[in-house]
Amino acid sequence: MLNETLIPMIGVVTDIRQDTPDVKTFRVVGTDGKKLFEHIPGQCAMLSVPGVGEGMFSITSSPTNKEFMEFSIKKCGCLTSWLHMMDVGQQITVRGPYGNGFPVEDPEKLKGKDLLFIAGGIGLAPLRSVINYVRDNRANYGKVQIVYGSRSMNDLVDYNEIINEWMKDDGIEVNLTIDREQEGWDGHVGFIPNYVKELKPDLSKTVVMCGPPIMIKFTLAGLKELGFNETQVFTTMELRMKCAVGKCGRCNIGNKYVCKDGPVFRFDQLDELPNEY
Amino acid sequence: MQEAVIKRAKELLADGTVNRIVGWKSGEFAYDTTPAVFTSAEEIDAGFIYNDFCAPNLSKYLIKESRKEGKLLVFLKPCDTYSFNQLIKEHRIIRDNVYIIAVPCRGKVDIDTVKATGIKGIIGMESDGETVTVKTLYGDTSIPKSETHGDKCKTCKSKKHVIYDEIIGEDGEVNDDGARFELVEKLEMMTADERYDFWRGELSKCIRCNACRNVCPACSCENCVFDNPDSGIAQRAATDSFEENMFHLIRSFHVAGRCTDCGECTRVCPQNIPLHLINRKYIKDINEFYGDYQAGSDLETRAPLNAYTFDDCEPNIVYKRGGNE
Amino acid sequence: MFKLPIDKLNDFFAAVSAAQTLYLPVDGEDGRASYKAWSEGTVLSKALNTVRSAKDFFFPQTVNICDFNRNGLNIEVIDNRTESEDFVVFGVRACDARSFAILDKVFLAEPVDTYYATRREHGTVVTMACTQPEENCFCNVFGIDATAPEGDAACWMTEDALYIKANNEKGEKFIESVKSLLTECGTEAVEAQQSATKAVMEKLPFAGISTDYFRKNTLLEIFNSEKWAKLSESCLACGTCTFVCPTCQCYDIKDYDTGHGIKRYRTWDSCMYSDFTKMAHGNSRNTQLQRFRQRFMHKLVYFPDNNNGEFGCVGCGRCLSRCPISMNIVKVIKTFGEE
Repeated sequence: MLNETLIPMIGVVTDIRQDTPDVKTFRVVGTDGKKLFEHIPGQCAMLSVPGVGEGMFSITSSPTNKEFMEFSIKKCGCLTSWLHMMDVGQQITVRGPYGNGFPVEDPEKLKGKDLLFIAGGIGLAPLRSVINYVRDNRANYGKVQIVYGSRSMNDLVDYNEIINEWMKDDGIEVNLTIDREQEGWDGHVGFIPNYVKELKPDLSKTVVMCGPPIMIKFTLAGLKELGFNETQVFTTMELRMKCAVGKCGRCNIGNKYVCKDGPVFRFDQLDELPNEY
Repeated sequence: MQEAVIKRAKELLADGTVNRIVGWKSGEFAYDTTPAVFTSAEEIDAGFIYNDFCAPNLSKYLIKESRKEGKLLVFLKPCDTYSFNQLIKEHRIIRDNVYIIAVPCRGKVDIDTVKATGIKGIIGMESDGETVTVKTLYGDTSIPKSETHGDKCKTCKSKKHVIYDEIIGEDGEVNDDGARFELVEKLEMMTADERYDFWRGELSKCIRCNACRNVCPACSCENCVFDNPDSGIAQRAATDSFEENMFHLIRSFHVAGRCTDCGECTRVCPQNIPLHLINRKYIKDINEFYGDYQAGSDLETRAPLNAYTFDDCEPNIVYKRGGNE
Repeated sequence: MFKLPIDKLNDFFAAVSAAQTLYLPVDGEDGRASYKAWSEGTVLSKALNTVRSAKDFFFPQTVNICDFNRNGLNIEVIDNRTESEDFVVFGVRACDARSFAILDKVFLAEPVDTYYATRREHGTVVTMACTQPEENCFCNVFGIDATAPEGDAACWMTEDALYIKANNEKGEKFIESVKSLLTECGTEAVEAQQSATKAVMEKLPFAGISTDYFRKNTLLEIFNSEKWAKLSESCLACGTCTFVCPTCQCYDIKDYDTGHGIKRYRTWDSCMYSDFTKMAHGNSRNTQLQRFRQRFMHKLVYFPDNNNGEFGCVGCGRCLSRCPISMNIVKVIKTFGEE
C-alpha cells in the first residue's frame, strides 16, 4: 500500500528545555534514536498527541544538525498545553517536513547576502533554524545582524544560545531589546519596529522576519521608511492547518496555501494576496 | 398585499421612523426568496416582495439587526411573531429598536412539496391564494395551494399575530384543533423498537450541516456547545451514529419549552428529516404534564420548565409512560 | 455503442451486481433520490439527480485515517487501511462526473491522498445522459455537455432501450463484463435524444450567464468588491451548500477517544463554519462575510488560478435548491456580472 502522508511517524522526546515561562524546546528523534527526516530551514512538521490534536510547528533546529530535530513551542492552546506537560521519554507523532522553507540556497534570495534577522517573541523559533544554518555554512553568507525582542528578559527564547554562541561568533551582530525596563537588564528597551529604525540597518541587507502580526506590520512599515524594498523582506506565516499538504482547504491566503506554497513568503508576494491572515 | 406592504415600507423609511427594513428579496424564480435588509426606496423597488413564497422566519435575524444603530422595520408573519416574543423574553432582541408590521399568512408554498408531485423545471410560479400556477420548462400546470404546503404550514398552529406595532390586512385565529400532534401520536403508538428504528432511520440521514441549528430562532447561543472542540461532542462526524443521534437530541432538549414550533428546522433540512416532530413531542408532553403552553404566545408567562408549582407532575411520570407499561 | 432492451435492465443490474457492488440512484420514501446498493427489486430512480452528490463514493463524509493506542509514554500507530473492493456507480450525471475530475486535481496531486486514490481506482463510474434538465441546472456554463457525460462509460436511456458506450479502458472492461446482454448498435437513437435535450439546454434560465467577470478582473479586485457584504448579509453560516456540493473538498481531522483506543477521523468540513480557521490565538476569517467570500472566491477565482482557468463549480444546482435562504453561486455570478 502506498505511503500516506496523513499517517504519522512516532517521535520520542529526548530532551525538554524550559526556555521562558511559557516556551519549551523539545528535542525529538525517531524510535530508532535517529533523526526522523531531513528538512530545509523554515519548514514545519505536524506534531500530535493522539486524542488531543495535531498542529503545525516550525522546526527550530538547523538541518545541519544531523542527530535530532527541535521544536520551540509556546503554550497557548489545548495541544500545546499537553505538550508542555510531557516528560522526557514521551512519544508523540510527527509527520513532515511541510512547506517551502527559506530560500537559503538561492543566490537571488538569501545565499551570499548580508542578512538581517528580525524576530519577536516566539517568532525566533523558525528563524533559529536559518540562523544556525547560516552559522554552519558561514562562507556562503555575508554579514549577519540579528534583532530580537520580547516582552521581558525572561521571555527571550534561546537566551543561552544567543549569549554563549551567536554573540561570540565573528561577523554576527546581535541586538536584543525588551518591551519595558527590567531590573538586571542593561540592554536596549523598546519595541522592535522603533529599534530597527534606530539601528538604521544597511539597505543592501536581505531581511528575514517573524513575529506577532502587529510587530510585522509596524516593522515592515519602518523598513520601508528606511528605504527597504518589499522584495528584500521574507517572512513566515501561520494559519490553522489540518492536512499540511494543501488539501484540507483552510490555510489559504487567496490562492496560496500557507502549508504548501508557504509558510515562507516575500512581502511583494503577499501584496498580491488578500489581507486575510 | 405586496403593494400595501411596499407602500408602508417606503412611508416609514421616508418619514424617518426607521432607517432600514428587514424583509424578503425576490430571487431567480418565484420560490427562492432570500431574507434581506433594505435601506432605500430604490432597493425596495429592485426586489422587495411579500407573497406566498416568503417562508423564511425573519425573527432570528433581529438578534443581530436589532443591535445595530437606529430603528428597523420588520415584517412578521403570525408564526414569526411567536419566535419574536420568545426572543424578547430571552433578552435576545432589543424591542425598542424594532418596528413590527404584522403581515397575514395563509400558508407558504414549499418548493420541495411542489417538486415531490413530479413537476419539473419550475421557472415561475404564481399564487392567488387558492391555486398555484406553475410555469415550467416543459409546459404550464397548476396545483391547489393547499397541496403545496410543507410540514411547517400543513398543520399551522396559529394565523394570529401575538405582537406587532401595526397590522396590514386582517388577523387570523389560533388553531388549537391539535392536528399538529397527529404524527406525534402516531409515533407514540409505536413500540419502543419501532420508534427507535424510525428515528435511527431518519437521523442517520443527517449530514451535520447545522442548517437546523443555524436557522432556529431558539438556537441563539453566541457559542454553541457543538462548536466547542473541548466539549467532546464537536466531532462533526458520524464516528458512529451516536454523534448524529445525540446532536439532535441535545439540541431539541436545549430548545424544549422555548421552541415555538415555527417549523424552520424541517423546512431547511437538506436531507428532509422531520426534525419538528422531536420538538412537537416535547411540546405535547409539556402540555400534558403542566397544562397547555405555547412558547412565545405572550411576554409574561413563565415557561413550564423554568417554573415550579406544587401541582407539577413528578418527573417519573415520564419514565412510567416511557413504553415500559 | 451498445444497446440493452429496457426490459432487460434488471438483468443488467443483476449481472453487474453479481461481480461487484453496484450503486445507483433510488427513490426514498420521501420521493428524493439517493445512491443505494442494488439488490433484487431495486428500481432505478427517475429523478434528475440525487440530493447528495456522488462525491461520497470517493470522498465520504467520514474516513478513518488511522488508529492509535496510547500506553504510558508509548504510542502505537495502526494503519488500518484496507484494499477497497471494486464497485460500480451507475447513473452519475455529467455534472457529478466532472466533479471527479476537479476532486482529482486536489486529491491526486502530490502527495497523493491514498484514501481517495484507492476508491477512485476501484470505482467504475457509469454516467447517464440527462434528458430533462431542471431550472437550476447550469452545467453548460462550465462547458459540460449533459448529453455526453464523462465517466468510464456513458449511458443514454430512451423509452425502450439503454445505450452504453465506453469512454476509456475501464469502461470497456465494464462493458465486456456484461456483453452477453448487449447488442452492438448505431448511434442514431442517441443522437436524436441528444439534439432534443440540447434544445432544452439552450433555453435553460441560466444558459446565458457569463463568468467573464471572474476572468477579466484580478483576484484582489474581486476580493475587495463591496458586493460581498450584501451577498453574504443573510447567510446563516450553515454548511449545507458545502456538504451537498460535489466539488467542495475541505476537511477536518479529528481524534475520537473510544475508551479503548483512539480513532483519527477525517470528516467533511465547511469554510462557512466559524471555527474553520480558528486557532488558539486568533481567527483569520472572523466574519461571515469573509467566510462566505472564501467559498465563492475558492470556486470562481482561487481554484481557476491554480488549475489553468478551470472553475471549481460544475453547475449541478444543488446549492440552489438546498440553501435555506436561497443564496447561491448563480446569484453571486450574476451580481458580479451586472456591471
